[in-house]
Amino acid sequence: MAHVSIDNLRKSYDGRSDVLAGLNLDIRDGEFCVLVGPSGCGKSTLLRMLCGLEEISGGQLSIGGQVVNHLPPAERGIAMVFQSYALYPHMNVYKNMAFGLKVAGSSKSEIDERIRHAAAILKIDHLLQRLPRELSGGQRQRVAIGRAIVRKPRLFLFDEPLSNLDAALRVQTRLEIAKLHRQLAATIVYVTHDQVEAMTLGDKIVVMHEGRIQQAGSPLELYQQPQNLFVAGFIGSPKMNFMKGVVTRVDGSGVQVEIGGGLRLLADVDAGGTQVGDAVTLGLRAEQIREDAGVGEGQVLQGVVNLVEHLGEANFLYLTLQGGQDIVVRGDGNRSVEIGQPLTLSADSHAFHVFDADGLALRRRTPGNLQSARRQAA
Amino acid sequence: MTVSATARAPAAPTLVQRSFGQAGHLWVHAVLCLYAVIALFPIALILINSLKTRNAIFEGPMALPTAETLTFSGFQKVLSGTHFLLYFGNSLVVTVGALVLIVLFGAMAAWALSEYRFPGNRLINFFVAIGIMIPIRLGTVSILQLVVALDLINTRTALILVYTAQGLPLAVMILSEFMRQIPGELKDAARCDGVGEITIFFRVILPLLRPAIATVAVFTMIPAWNDLWFPLILAPGEDTRTVTLGVQQFIGQYATDWNSVLAALSMAVIPVLLLYMAFSRQLIRGLTSGAVK
Repeated sequence: MAHVSIDNLRKSYDGRSDVLAGLNLDIRDGEFCVLVGPSGCGKSTLLRMLCGLEEISGGQLSIGGQVVNHLPPAERGIAMVFQSYALYPHMNVYKNMAFGLKVAGSSKSEIDERIRHAAAILKIDHLLQRLPRELSGGQRQRVAIGRAIVRKPRLFLFDEPLSNLDAALRVQTRLEIAKLHRQLAATIVYVTHDQVEAMTLGDKIVVMHEGRIQQAGSPLELYQQPQNLFVAGFIGSPKMNFMKGVVTRVDGSGVQVEIGGGLRLLADVDAGGTQVGDAVTLGLRAEQIREDAGVGEGQVLQGVVNLVEHLGEANFLYLTLQGGQDIVVRGDGNRSVEIGQPLTLSADSHAFHVFDADGLALRRRTPGNLQSARRQAA
Repeated sequence: MTVSATARAPAAPTLVQRSFGQAGHLWVHAVLCLYAVIALFPIALILINSLKTRNAIFEGPMALPTAETLTFSGFQKVLSGTHFLLYFGNSLVVTVGALVLIVLFGAMAAWALSEYRFPGNRLINFFVAIGIMIPIRLGTVSILQLVVALDLINTRTALILVYTAQGLPLAVMILSEFMRQIPGELKDAARCDGVGEITIFFRVILPLLRPAIATVAVFTMIPAWNDLWFPLILAPGEDTRTVTLGVQQFIGQYATDWNSVLAALSMAVIPVLLLYMAFSRQLIRGLTSGAVK
């Protein structure tokens, strides 16, 4: 079993400032865990510490119940797939996959069997005698994964494996990795900076920023109930709209916030310790804003269109609200919108997120998305 | 070139054409040819005159051998009258021995200096750089004392050691520069595969360094083969003479046997030429392509 438990893990290069500060994380056996965050957030460092390529400065790391802090990579039962594939350029595909096993002293017949098995899974049987330079990017990627599979690891580590592929191949390989995960029932830790990859692949997503875990949870959890401003802004595309405001009323229906221009918006959240007069940030996703005056509890927003991006199925409308706040709205792709056109929009109270002065989220009471909320109401 | 190919748009201009124009293309080639002629002239002169009689050499040094002036006496004298093959073997042993040691220790030192961080790393790098700047001959007296103390006078070992010391600094510089270009992920991948550091060095790094090793081989082999100074001082004995030293016996104070000198020199060129040809194929081959995108 490859239950990974990370307990108060620290990394420091100079002994003074921490690159990673006291991380705690549990990864269940068979779980697909995605570490995601902007460059320099420490996700790759964490992966390299899991692998054993970076020393652990403090805390405890155990894989399958065994503390592995001081074990070299080979004894941790892990296999890593690198961003650049890192295939040995002077060895053919077969030898690339056999090298580690040969060094470990496996028998020839066993090596051969494992390679045939992995090659069949990845459909690279016909490439075994080729050199890496004779392969396409996607094929090299498969060989790199194959080299990991033949080791029969307890834990797979992927370091941005798709970032060197072109867009079409990336989507295809993403699907294949998801399929592979189910097929091998393997525990996987996967690093990426692409939130779409994270959302589509992960059972659990760990959002990192500035050496800390901002939030860990299922993709939907992170989307619907982000715990702070960073996670709210990082997950979802286009980025969540943030509007600074002041609390004007707190009661059973939620928190009312004035965001400038006299516009008061009601958010369906637990007030917690928030009081009238507190400075807060209101969050609203672009896809939860409707292009109509609103019915029932819809709250009206008015603004002028500055820019339109046509995606085909949708338009991204960039507006300035009457209070001077800039927002982006995901509108119907069939509707034609002119630049400079005034627009009336609306959003439901349960679509809003509220973050206090420290950037921490107030708990949403109806976090489900618009459609499911509507269905409930009906 | 086929007709259809020429009928299409002309090929993109080369760098030379872009920088110097069509006429410049010729000019560049003219300069290169001139340089080749200058470089090859002495070698050609040696080859031509080694096949001529002594009188013919002095009457017309530039003339090609004719039916009357053609002679192989120089070659005959060198091969039968002297221990030329022994000298030849000595040169070969010394050069190849030094080459092997330079490549082995140079690559190991370069690997340590470029891959690992340890106190004194910069200092050692600096020390190696000094080795390139200061000619080893300045230390001849100390080297002689050292060799005497080690009882290595008149041995080929002494020459091998000196040439190894002479070649190492440049080898370390060239090889560590190449090693820095090998992507770190390749070493990390090997470490994940459970490969030890020494195996990584011999099985992953060294095979990738072949072009660099060829460069080092060419740069260190030629000065060692051509050297006269150290064989004269450290190993002048009859049994340990190298080719360049052996040739000197034909150059006398009063009379020089030019036929033999030129014949010996002509033959001495051959092994270096062969080694160079063997390595130059590697020189132009880039091996890392396909390792990473």
